[in-house]
Amino acid sequence: MSATPIRLGESPGSQFPTRGRVGMLSLIAAESGVFTIFVVAYIFYIGKSPAGPTPQEVLKAPIFYSICLLLSSATMHAAGRAIREGKIPVFSRWLSITIALGTIFLFGTAKEWFRLIYREGLTISTNLFGTTYFSLVGLHAFHVIVGLFCLTLVLLFVAFGQVEQKHEYQIENLSLYWHFVDAVWVVVFTVVYVLGR
Amino acid sequence: MEGEDRSMAMNSMPWPTTAVERPVFVDRLHDWITTVDHKQIGLLYIAYALMFLIIAGSEAIIIRLQLIRPHNSFVSPQVFNRLFTMHGTTMIFFVVMPMLFGFGNYLIPLMVGARDMAFPRLNAFSFWVTAFGGLLLYFSLLGGNGLYGAGNAPDVGWFAYAPLTSQTFSSGHSTDFWTLSILISGFGSIGTAINILATILCMRCPGMSLAKMPLFAWLYLVTAGLVILAISPLTAAQIMLLVDRYLGGHFFDTQAGGSAVIWMHFFWIFGHPEVYILVLPAFAFASEIIPVFSRKPIFGYSVMVAATVAIGFISMSVWAHHMFTVGMGPGANTFFVLSTMAIAVPTGIKIFNWLATMWGGQIEFRTPMLFSIGFLFQFLIAGLTGIMLGCAPFNWQLGNSYFVVAHFHYVIVGGILFTTFAATYYWYPKITGRMYNETLGRLHFWLFVIGFHLTFDFMHIPGLLGMPRRIYTYEPGRGWDHWNVIVSVGAFVQAAAIVVLLINFLWSYWRGRCSGWDPWDAWTLEWSVPSPPPSYNFSSIPAVRSRRPLWDLKHPDNPDWEYEGSR
Repeated sequence: MSATPIRLGESPGSQFPTRGRVGMLSLIAAESGVFTIFVVAYIFYIGKSPAGPTPQEVLKAPIFYSICLLLSSATMHAAGRAIREGKIPVFSRWLSITIALGTIFLFGTAKEWFRLIYREGLTISTNLFGTTYFSLVGLHAFHVIVGLFCLTLVLLFVAFGQVEQKHEYQIENLSLYWHFVDAVWVVVFTVVYVLGR
Repeated sequence: MEGEDRSMAMNSMPWPTTAVERPVFVDRLHDWITTVDHKQIGLLYIAYALMFLIIAGSEAIIIRLQLIRPHNSFVSPQVFNRLFTMHGTTMIFFVVMPMLFGFGNYLIPLMVGARDMAFPRLNAFSFWVTAFGGLLLYFSLLGGNGLYGAGNAPDVGWFAYAPLTSQTFSSGHSTDFWTLSILISGFGSIGTAINILATILCMRCPGMSLAKMPLFAWLYLVTAGLVILAISPLTAAQIMLLVDRYLGGHFFDTQAGGSAVIWMHFFWIFGHPEVYILVLPAFAFASEIIPVFSRKPIFGYSVMVAATVAIGFISMSVWAHHMFTVGMGPGANTFFVLSTMAIAVPTGIKIFNWLATMWGGQIEFRTPMLFSIGFLFQFLIAGLTGIMLGCAPFNWQLGNSYFVVAHFHYVIVGGILFTTFAATYYWYPKITGRMYNETLGRLHFWLFVIGFHLTFDFMHIPGLLGMPRRIYTYEPGRGWDHWNVIVSVGAFVQAAAIVVLLINFLWSYWRGRCSGWDPWDAWTLEWSVPSPPPSYNFSSIPAVRSRRPLWDLKHPDNPDWEYEGSR
């Protein structure tokens, strides 16, 4: 048997999806599973706390910060289009705006947590509402932090002149993750601030 | 200019070859620890699983020694609780899953005609994370409040029902070690699943459309999808448990409004797909081995694929048949009874397809085939007791009895372990380049069959007679005594069979005759490369036109691709 045994017929060109995209989508599927369980737990425990404070008393919908996060998805999309067209300075501008918007959102979460913990006396161990609220919102904030870390890393690469048009695939995968983090916030917002109040 | 200078310097100065020489052992160790090669990582997974198989098997032997007669005091009740917890957790998370990931890692790139997995470094990361998870579980013996006897290994059972796991009932750190080890190895499993999905979807060689993949790849594709969907709820549940234990949360704290039942839901929404995560790779082995030793292509390829995907979907909706005794109400009970019955249909289709593959074939009863046939019969019986337990009223009677223990060991040992043995014998020549000893292989098979049936056939009966699981001892005169003796004796026969396996493989590794590239006259791509395969697998990437590329090569007058399109 020869070393190249099975060259039979013509070899059709590879039409398979890129592995980075499949890998990122699989990761997003796994993360969705984690979030689903936390969301289910939140919904299941709405109104089950035997003692206050209750969501009605202490929660205020962070509408401005939510708009910032959703806008960051649009700016990330613009950044992706810029790099596809090879406009690195434009890409870097949109990327910076995305990072800024994400940071503003995180600041909003931090402010809300500070108010809840120090003014309202609600911590993760106060009651069932505190446990589910801080773990669900905290899990999302953790993902925002991871996303911001990766985006900042890209910005650093841009600053050192390491990003070119050929990196559009990597940027596309990263923006998939960022869109996912934003989409999760839509669910979390609906559950925590609309259904849960 | 600079590069020129450097090359000139290299030419004028002899490269020091002897000064940095290290001992061969250190070199090889370094090679294994830093490897990103899918074959080496696969072997690491398998070796690691074998190590834990021996540890968890020894735990099972101690459990059976304790239960061999009534009022035995071989181990204390506390130690008994730790033993069954560690046995279950180790076997599921650190034996069967790594074993299946090991075979997947080794074989998937070879079968789809790729040179490595899609993400080699993620692959190494996943293995080492899983490995450290297992070490963390056993570190509890040292770290869970001191040495032996001082409240050490986890003792909450492998599904760790709340509120047993709360700080109140499980002080110290043993439960923390349990939850962290599962959380961490879960990250490894998800990483490997992402890798398998990306490899199968993106790395196939030219011509290998989804419909021309070996069934092995199809089954691992669905398995990887299930790992993604099932391990993530487990991860979430473990995070909640950590929040409860470390941060004073109330997820599973019934006194603060939390629910113990929701832990059961979260655990079993992982736990039941997990069964299919474990059994689909077993199906993958059978689907490769049975056709080769029947000298026929697999019967009903497309139906097999459809049944696999159907099992994947339905398996996500049967979890609460583990919870009939909780009292979920007639609506939920009915739904989960019906979905459990439904999943028997695609599984039954698979069994009929394997039988139809064998039907009229020239069956060669080599060791891999013997284990596969054993699997067919035993998995059928395991499925039948599964249907019995899937009926809610029957389950109310026998839930938490030894009948349940017998049922799921029939699945895991009689189904999954038997096909894993079959796979080990089947691919041993490819992995080592040596043939195993057929006589010892047969001895292993018959010893294991006898031991298996002694243990697990007769374990059903004390269950039917009302013996609950997880009791450290029992009263004499309830009719359980003799059955327990037989069950324990069978465990020793199985242990002896494992010793035969180890002797066979160690002896054959050094003394076995060379197997050549393709000892079974098989049809998939891994047999078209040398044994053991070189690190780059294929010197040039193959192109395929059918599901049996080596058949096409060996029979150019009658190739498969002339027929497959029309089927």
